[in-house]
Amino acid sequence: MNKNTPPPSKTKKHLTLVDILLYGAVLLFILYAVYRVNDVLVYHWNWSKVLGFLVKFDEETQSWASNLLLQGLWTTLRLALWATVLATAFGIIMGYWRTCKNLTLRIISRTYVELIRNMPPVVFIFIFYFFVSSQIFPALGIEDIDTNGAFASSAMFHFMFGDPQLFSNFLAGMICLALFEGAYITEIVRAGIQSTEKGQWEAARAIGLSPFNVLRDIVIPQAVRKILPPLAGQFITLIKDSAIISLISIQELTFVATEVAATTTRVFETWILVGFMYFLLCYSFALLFAHLERRAKRSQR
Amino acid sequence: MSENKTATPLVEITGLSKWYGDFSALYDINLKIAPGEKVVVCGPSGSGKSTMIRCINQLEEHQVGTIIVNGREVTPGMKNIEEIRRDVGMVFQSFNLFPHLSVVDNLTIGPIRNKGLSKAEATKTAMHFLERVHIAEQADKYPPQLSGGQQQRVAIARALCLKPKMMLFDEPTSALDPEMIAGVLDIMIELAEEGMTMICVTHEMGFARKVADRIVFMDEGEIVEVAAPETFFNNPSTDRSKLFLSQLLGH
Repeated sequence: MNKNTPPPSKTKKHLTLVDILLYGAVLLFILYAVYRVNDVLVYHWNWSKVLGFLVKFDEETQSWASNLLLQGLWTTLRLALWATVLATAFGIIMGYWRTCKNLTLRIISRTYVELIRNMPPVVFIFIFYFFVSSQIFPALGIEDIDTNGAFASSAMFHFMFGDPQLFSNFLAGMICLALFEGAYITEIVRAGIQSTEKGQWEAARAIGLSPFNVLRDIVIPQAVRKILPPLAGQFITLIKDSAIISLISIQELTFVATEVAATTTRVFETWILVGFMYFLLCYSFALLFAHLERRAKRSQR
Repeated sequence: MSENKTATPLVEITGLSKWYGDFSALYDINLKIAPGEKVVVCGPSGSGKSTMIRCINQLEEHQVGTIIVNGREVTPGMKNIEEIRRDVGMVFQSFNLFPHLSVVDNLTIGPIRNKGLSKAEATKTAMHFLERVHIAEQADKYPPQLSGGQQQRVAIARALCLKPKMMLFDEPTSALDPEMIAGVLDIMIELAEEGMTMICVTHEMGFARKVADRIVFMDEGEIVEVAAPETFFNNPSTDRSKLFLSQLLGH
């Protein structure tokens, strides 16, 4: 052997006996579950009834239109996107406040985070929904917006916020969700800011950058790269948590699924289908974030 | 440099004291640095050397005493501290380059933000100083791609880009591999020969002998002895400096 000898070839990985046994056990379990449902419960699968709630053929316009379940999915998507925007805004402001020298700002942000993190989401949403929709919205006059006005009845409004009749309802649900998830984003942002070494602050201050410039030019660009993975996870959690909003009668996917399951009495089919829809939605976002992460890493080199 | 003793000092520290909680980090520091003077600060670790020089550009806030830099008093929490900092360059033990910015962007960000220079002007200055530290060919790389010695030379160039009136060095060679030290010290010697005012916290005694006008010896937060290098090394006047030198040089 000399220095130019190629390195020894890698040993290939084979499935071991333990792996094969594990796969076999999983397969057996699935077969057993199918057997129980089909033969013991004598469950008659009827997918067509449930699939009919995805799309329907509109006789009036002679075209296909989305039915309850797809409409619910769009509402979930709208809800999640707007709540993400709002939660990120809360998270950035509160996360920055968590690291501030000013005691009042720290108390406000800390209280916000602790209140929300130490309460079940359902409880928070019941309290908050009652408070917002019965006290704050009337005070702001949100319920009085003209649902037949030019903007409210435009296609753009419908695309962004759904049915104008349900707008205040949608808004309340969205704010609840954003406030709730914002607390977790706050902690992610705080960790990101604090993960920047002290030496970076010092070096930036020593070359005469103002505190604002240090944050904008030095700390945030480094923090963003670090917090992208946990942030992506939090956004996906937000989509899943949006199911809780069904409790306050926002007509998102979980809410309409309960209705579909009740009217069709096809419980398994409905929830398997809805589970699959959530999975598709969340997984495509997961892929998107993984792609963004890889790109951020590449641009760093 | 006796002719400088009469000139207005560039830095004048009077009665400076600082505590961390109940721990006295600095006690009654008095020091004047004339323009063009080179001072080496040495002493055991934890003696307050770094803390003292970091008070000059207010990376550390002092509690008692006055610091006057270039005719302006520096106070904790002062506004416009950025105007003082552009006159006082600083080099750190751990380089502290910005890893997300290229080498040239590390150099230009200070002048662009602090002095409002255009990108083109700042880049011109940056390339000038990168050539001076013999590293211009690395301008488009990122700091993590450079060796420790190269990173520290970039850090020196970054400080010089603001055209400071003086430079603070906080153990600039302590984090370097032995073979990297000489390159950094050479740059510092060149700077000294050009007449830059310098305060260096360092254990490089060869450098101190060659460059320093005065050695400031600190122990337990106090200045124990101030002397010319030859006097300090050959004939230290206090027991504490004798002990320190014997530990540093002898075995």
